[in-house]
Amino acid sequence: MPAEIVPGPSGYIPTPAVFEEVELSPPGYGLYLGQIVDELTAMREAARAMLTRRNPTIFPGPKILWGWNAHAMEEAKAILELSAEIPNCRIIPMPDYRPKYPKIDPEAEINPNHPNLTILHNKIEACIFVGVHCHYANLSLRMIRAGTNCFTIALCGELGHEDAMVSIRDLTPEKIRRFKEVLIEVREELGIHHSPTPPPENPSLPQEDFQTLSVLDYGEYSYLLLPRKDEQVTDTE
Amino acid sequence: MGLEYVRISPGFEKYMPKDYVDLVQYGQFGKEVDVQQLGQFKELVEEHPMCAGCFMAYFIRVFYAALPKPEDTIVIGTAGCARLALSQAAVPFIYGNYGDTNAVASGLKRALNIRFPNKEKDVVVMAGDGGLIDIGFGMTMHSWFRRENFTTIMVDNEVYGNTGGQESGMSPKGVQLKMAPKGKQFEKINAVELAKTAGCVYVAKISPTNPKRIAKTVRRAVLAAREFGPTFIHAYTSCNIEYSIPTEKVLEDARKREKQDFGFYEWMTDEVKEFFEQLERAPQEVKA
Repeated sequence: MPAEIVPGPSGYIPTPAVFEEVELSPPGYGLYLGQIVDELTAMREAARAMLTRRNPTIFPGPKILWGWNAHAMEEAKAILELSAEIPNCRIIPMPDYRPKYPKIDPEAEINPNHPNLTILHNKIEACIFVGVHCHYANLSLRMIRAGTNCFTIALCGELGHEDAMVSIRDLTPEKIRRFKEVLIEVREELGIHHSPTPPPENPSLPQEDFQTLSVLDYGEYSYLLLPRKDEQVTDTE
Repeated sequence: MGLEYVRISPGFEKYMPKDYVDLVQYGQFGKEVDVQQLGQFKELVEEHPMCAGCFMAYFIRVFYAALPKPEDTIVIGTAGCARLALSQAAVPFIYGNYGDTNAVASGLKRALNIRFPNKEKDVVVMAGDGGLIDIGFGMTMHSWFRRENFTTIMVDNEVYGNTGGQESGMSPKGVQLKMAPKGKQFEKINAVELAKTAGCVYVAKISPTNPKRIAKTVRRAVLAAREFGPTFIHAYTSCNIEYSIPTEKVLEDARKREKQDFGFYEWMTDEVKEFFEQLERAPQEVKA
């Protein structure tokens, strides 16, 4: 009997769901709390979590954030449509997987190396991972289960994720739109009135204005940017 | 990798962190920047956890600004200080196991040639003296013997800085380090001559005191690797912690070493020389 994969915190380094007999769902099915269920049930439970838990957030990954092909752009569009239907929804992106030291801005982005920081900082209790490469999604989902009480939903273009509370596989733009329809249906059943509203913009602070920046703005460090007088690259020696 | 990977999906511009929006709008992707404009465009690497005053961090910063096509480049590093900054750059980075960077780069470059036969994809290895000339010596040399088309850059801090100050093959003779109290007994390895003998087509030794010169050297190494064969840059990037160089004296130290034993040296085969003569004579005609 597979274990029930419920929101954490389940403690430091939880046993991976796959070691607890949770299997990936076959095509046409999804996972809900570690059990194989039909896709509609998985979508309904995901919708219920996004509509009833605090601070629902979508974490789009690089596969849809960057418009590297028409399919990615269409999925991105569908995700924006979905986000508008969820009351108080936020979008916090994961544009790539590089480490961010000394510190990331947890309100502006999420990093797969410490996703729990963004989730705890923003008190997120339900989230959707979409467009994140599977190996990083697995890493993040397990880390989130370990240290937070967040209900995780994986919308996966491949086979799905055992460590998510809800996993929907073989994602396409059409499937995202179907999920949106299911979400609207569940929202009406719950009696939540909402008109489509796009999530708030990214709150990252204004950075340098590169159109007016000059080398002199670097003060005493400008010597690192300018060569010494008379020091020019000569021909090969 | 490619310009299509640095284009934000329509509608998501306002949800991306400002850093990434700036990277797309004011970054180096798809443009040629002059290294002397450094600081006036969005750089590929900004924040990093390297020590204050680290000269390697400065070299890496200039290195990224000098890449001819960052959107089509993969950087490979290994254990050591450099990877701390390399892994945070907006250029794909692969972490090789200690010593196998050049073997990984060989396979990667060949795979890229098969996957993208009509596109130039650059592979650059940047590792320390330990990763390339001590522990990675065999794989570094064999990649050169095989004449693999990628660039190897050795950021030589003359010590194992990450692990407490053990001597490396590149530490100068006689130097006393925290974990080498008797002083080094042997000469510093002559990596430049080894590279020439092993078949590199372009070899340079540099103390990074002049950003323009660093940029020109990096660019030449990358372009020569595309066309002709392995290229190698030996850069002096002092470890101000293990060698106890005060932060404000780091540049002074680099200039001192430039006068002593790290004077700029550049060597290339005749065909590479001819290639650069043509390329640099009419840069507007031959695009990087």
